[in-house]
Amino acid sequence: MFSIFRERFRQGYRTNPFPKKEPVLSERFRGLPQLNQAKCKSGCHDCEKCCPTGAISRQGDKMVLDLGRCLFCADCKGCPHGAVTFSTDYRLAVNNRDDLHYGGETLALAKALEKKTLALFGRSLKLRQVSAGGCNACEADVNVLGTLVFDLGRFGIQFVASPRHADGLLVTGPVSENMRAALLTTWEATPAPKIVIASGACAITGGPFINSPEINNGLDDILPVDLYVPGCPPSPYTILDGLLRILDKRG
Amino acid sequence: MTDIVRIKNNETVKLAQIPRLPFDSFLEQLAPLMGTGNDVLACFIANSPKEQISGDFEMITLIGCRDTKDIAVFRCTLPASYPSLTNRWPQFHLFEREMAEQFGVIPEGHPWLKPVRFHQVWQGDKDVWGRDPKKHPLVGDMDYFQVEGDEIHEVGVGPVHAGVIEPGHFRFQCFGEKVLNLEISLGFQHRDIERLVIGGPHPATGCQMETIAGDTSVGHMLAYSQVMEALGEHKVGRECRDLRIIGLELERLANHVGDFGALAADIGYLPTASYCGRIRGDYLNMTAMICGSRFGRGLVRPGGSLFSIDPDLRSKLKDFLSLTTRYTKGALDLFFKEPSVLGRLEGTGIVKQEDAKALGLTGMAGRACGLDTDSRRNYPSAFAEDEHPLLCGEDGDVFARAYVRRLDVDSATEIIHGKLDKLTSEPAMQEVSPPRADMLAVSMVEGWRGRVTHIALTNEQGKFSRYKVIDPSFFNWSGLAMALRNEQISDFPLCNKSFNLSYCGFDL
Repeated sequence: MFSIFRERFRQGYRTNPFPKKEPVLSERFRGLPQLNQAKCKSGCHDCEKCCPTGAISRQGDKMVLDLGRCLFCADCKGCPHGAVTFSTDYRLAVNNRDDLHYGGETLALAKALEKKTLALFGRSLKLRQVSAGGCNACEADVNVLGTLVFDLGRFGIQFVASPRHADGLLVTGPVSENMRAALLTTWEATPAPKIVIASGACAITGGPFINSPEINNGLDDILPVDLYVPGCPPSPYTILDGLLRILDKRG
Repeated sequence: MTDIVRIKNNETVKLAQIPRLPFDSFLEQLAPLMGTGNDVLACFIANSPKEQISGDFEMITLIGCRDTKDIAVFRCTLPASYPSLTNRWPQFHLFEREMAEQFGVIPEGHPWLKPVRFHQVWQGDKDVWGRDPKKHPLVGDMDYFQVEGDEIHEVGVGPVHAGVIEPGHFRFQCFGEKVLNLEISLGFQHRDIERLVIGGPHPATGCQMETIAGDTSVGHMLAYSQVMEALGEHKVGRECRDLRIIGLELERLANHVGDFGALAADIGYLPTASYCGRIRGDYLNMTAMICGSRFGRGLVRPGGSLFSIDPDLRSKLKDFLSLTTRYTKGALDLFFKEPSVLGRLEGTGIVKQEDAKALGLTGMAGRACGLDTDSRRNYPSAFAEDEHPLLCGEDGDVFARAYVRRLDVDSATEIIHGKLDKLTSEPAMQEVSPPRADMLAVSMVEGWRGRVTHIALTNEQGKFSRYKVIDPSFFNWSGLAMALRNEQISDFPLCNKSFNLSYCGFDL
């Protein structure tokens, strides 16, 4: 017993002060991309051949990066002329799919749920997580939110075992054909009103597996999505930031 | 009789140099190699899934030979129906099911012929189970093993489980609390990786390799990179190999420590559960310090690594690792000294050594049964220079798996410190020549769960005509099923966490 207390003392208090204090991330962390439009020359469509997921394209006279497809590759080959670099800004979650088509302007970060839903979920949001073809990296960094570092419970958010106890789904993975039915059943078992969160490039567009015949290229054609969290996988802070934004706790 | 073609780990052989044996001659050559503790590393149909096949198939089998520490490579013709190898050598059981599902070949007399991942047949229109070959099969739709009797009940779990975890379906045949049989049916995470790679390497191939199993990103990417380097006759320098090993060992640490937390949580021993959940994150953050990604994305690339460790980062890493090691030790000491914890671990979920051997359990799960299943020891690559001591348990129970993990944690920490001390100059990224044509390349990496095997076959243009990925979970799920025999159903979570197998690594 004494050794348990001694160890408790030694391990210390570890809950991160986020969101009161900004998190300290690796200097090499790859967050919100920075686009150097000056390097994007007219007539050049190299990006359309190079990016592994087709995240970058030239639209009109400027380059547009689809954050829903972007895997934040360390050796981003999307633009062979080096127009894409990464900042360490982890805040990436948005409400609308269109907001992920990013041209370098300020990202339209997620807004709070509408008043009525917020009144219901604002102080207690129970989520059921469904892994639908995910590689377990997204799942792992969702799981991390439950550790004492993030202590998700202090925001009133909790992952629950049954969809019947849930206010919404947090989906990871590209929705493999073999998980489509189970995902829809889980959705139907969740009582309305309910929200859906697409976490990770796979759940948004299919990610690295985009256009595989065995997947559904993400959630968009399957369920109505309220929050998109880009990343491969998204940092736990990116997910938490998104969750707090829809609950109006990030103002 | 022709000589058997033998290669080392991370080597290639020209396809034309592997004699194409008739099936019967293959069996004759295979028989003396089996039954001596050798491993069936891979067995697959080598035809490209995108070519129409008329007549016989071509099967490639790789046997890991323990005494010579190399790989025997066989190529043989395979008729559309052939006598199953599983009855003689159970290690073939899943490989034969996989071949049946992918190409519609029938292993006659296979004792457990069921679908593996529930997809349409890749070739032709012959479905072994008589399903409509033009429609996507229904996942989980197969005959399950059933025990009959008045007091027998069946418990079905999944695909959607209670926690934040990947999907899979488990069926328990129970007599009261006692589990008579557990059948595991997977395939829910199937993304078709092996076929996506055909004709490649494509721009997305690297990203797909890193996401075969997200908790083994470094392991799988390293195997893929070594395959590419072998095919391009490229040798990376020692510095670069050391950096990659640091990534691989950090992956091992993060997963083992995280699983200690999960084991402790299932036992209800909260101190270790809460400490380890956090400490796992510290190891992931160390990986992120090197490459910006907690899961080692970008740490390994064919030709080297995209990142380097300068003296400043090196000392930061060493300090952080020493500090984290102290916290890890504290959390694990509590765990292993608590009688009520040990009481739950010891004698629970035993896999007998003979079963482990027959099923070819790999890595940590095999070593917990007292077997030497460390591929770094058994199949050193042509350039390996490190010695790895045998770290194994005895009884094959949950305790043994936890104990082996603890040994792995200590050894991984030591390896990282050693490698960090040796890093001097910056490892560079070098261009690798395109893959050579008509070759077979093999790479095995000892990931945290066990042996990660990648095999590439190239066509006359040097493109992949077939790519085979074998995650350690491919072998070890059968181990979990065996661990549950005659065990209480309430011990399932504990047994499951002690293996912590990958669904997506199995499903591909």
